Amino acid sequence: MFILIVGCGRVGSSVARAMLREGHTVSALDEDPESHARLEVGLEKSWEDLGGQFTVGAGLEAEALEAAGIDQADVFIASTDGDNTNIIISQIAKRRYGVPNVIARVLDPLRAEWYARQGLQTVCPTRVAIDMLETAVRDSTARPAAGSEEAPESASGGEA
Amino acid sequence: MYIIVVGAGKVGWNLARELLEKDHEVTLIESDRRRYLTVEQELEHNVSYGDASELWVLERAGIQRADMVIAVTGDDEDNMLICQVAREKYLVDQIIARVNNPRNRQHFDLLGIKPSVSATDLILRLLEHEVPEYGLVHLLDLQEEQLEIIEMLLGKDSGVTGRRVGDLHMPEGSLLISVLRAGKGFVPNADTVLEEGDEVLAVLDPGKEDELKVLFGPGDGGAAGG
Repeated sequence: MFILIVGCGRVGSSVARAMLREGHTVSALDEDPESHARLEVGLEKSWEDLGGQFTVGAGLEAEALEAAGIDQADVFIASTDGDNTNIIISQIAKRRYGVPNVIARVLDPLRAEWYARQGLQTVCPTRVAIDMLETAVRDSTARPAAGSEEAPESASGGEA
Repeated sequence: MYIIVVGAGKVGWNLARELLEKDHEVTLIESDRRRYLTVEQELEHNVSYGDASELWVLERAGIQRADMVIAVTGDDEDNMLICQVAREKYLVDQIIARVNNPRNRQHFDLLGIKPSVSATDLILRLLEHEVPEYGLVHLLDLQEEQLEIIEMLLGKDSGVTGRRVGDLHMPEGSLLISVLRAGKGFVPNADTVLEEGDEVLAVLDPGKEDELKVLFGPGDGGAAGG
């Protein structure tokens, strides 16, 4: 599978490394040339030596998307730090380039939810955090009052 | 009309003021706190502080009853998203989006966000008109009809001067509609012979400009191009 990841921050670079390790063809696109270094965190060889591609450019630029190989992409991941950028470039990937699988990271739960209802696959880390926190709070309030013999659990609320 | 304007930069601020003077109800939304405070001194309760790409900010501004949303922030993604949400989620009848980078216009078109306005494009058009050497001048874009009307000045080296209109190989999807010569306009027929200094008007399908430029520009007038 050819996976194109736009936005090479902590999330994008981690997903890029994991997918490369799993044997996929991975191309990363980021405006910031420095983000190339983040791709190589923990790698024993250079990103390119391991078969990865890296392109400097903005996700809204057709030339950059094309240079990064969007025409061959089976999967498109929008993980820049801008919700609106991710939502817009995902729609471009889908409608203009016909990429079959498009996933957008959207931090704002309201936008993530509405665009998901319009048929865009969205991942909302904020929603995940809210759910985990709520669960953690419910779990701790459901537990017997202080002074019981149970060992306190970590507050991480599950290993999701 | 109730109009929501997003982005209190120079464009948004002046626009909001003009609309208020024309007795429209206006809410101007600005996400930069300092800018908001500046503008609020003049426009008072007509300005609202917040990021208009957050749906609750739009709802707080009363987008459900807005007749028009105008997105003029300095960020094309924001303008596209706000207009898309306004139209598709809140069913706002009219939207207008500002295009900051003309190269992004294709994305606005792809998402069906129109009309979109680009100051850079407008100035370029003006430049084309003021500087005829620039080649071909857009007079009118009929977006709905998918047609445009352009004007070309035939220079000394134009490949079509001295030729009969009937002998020109006009590209498919284009038509010569009039010739301005010595201050007078007329509709050419097949026997009209084009002269240096003629300004010709043509109607064409979008995307045909380059072919016309080749035909009417310097050289052999695309004689080989038939």
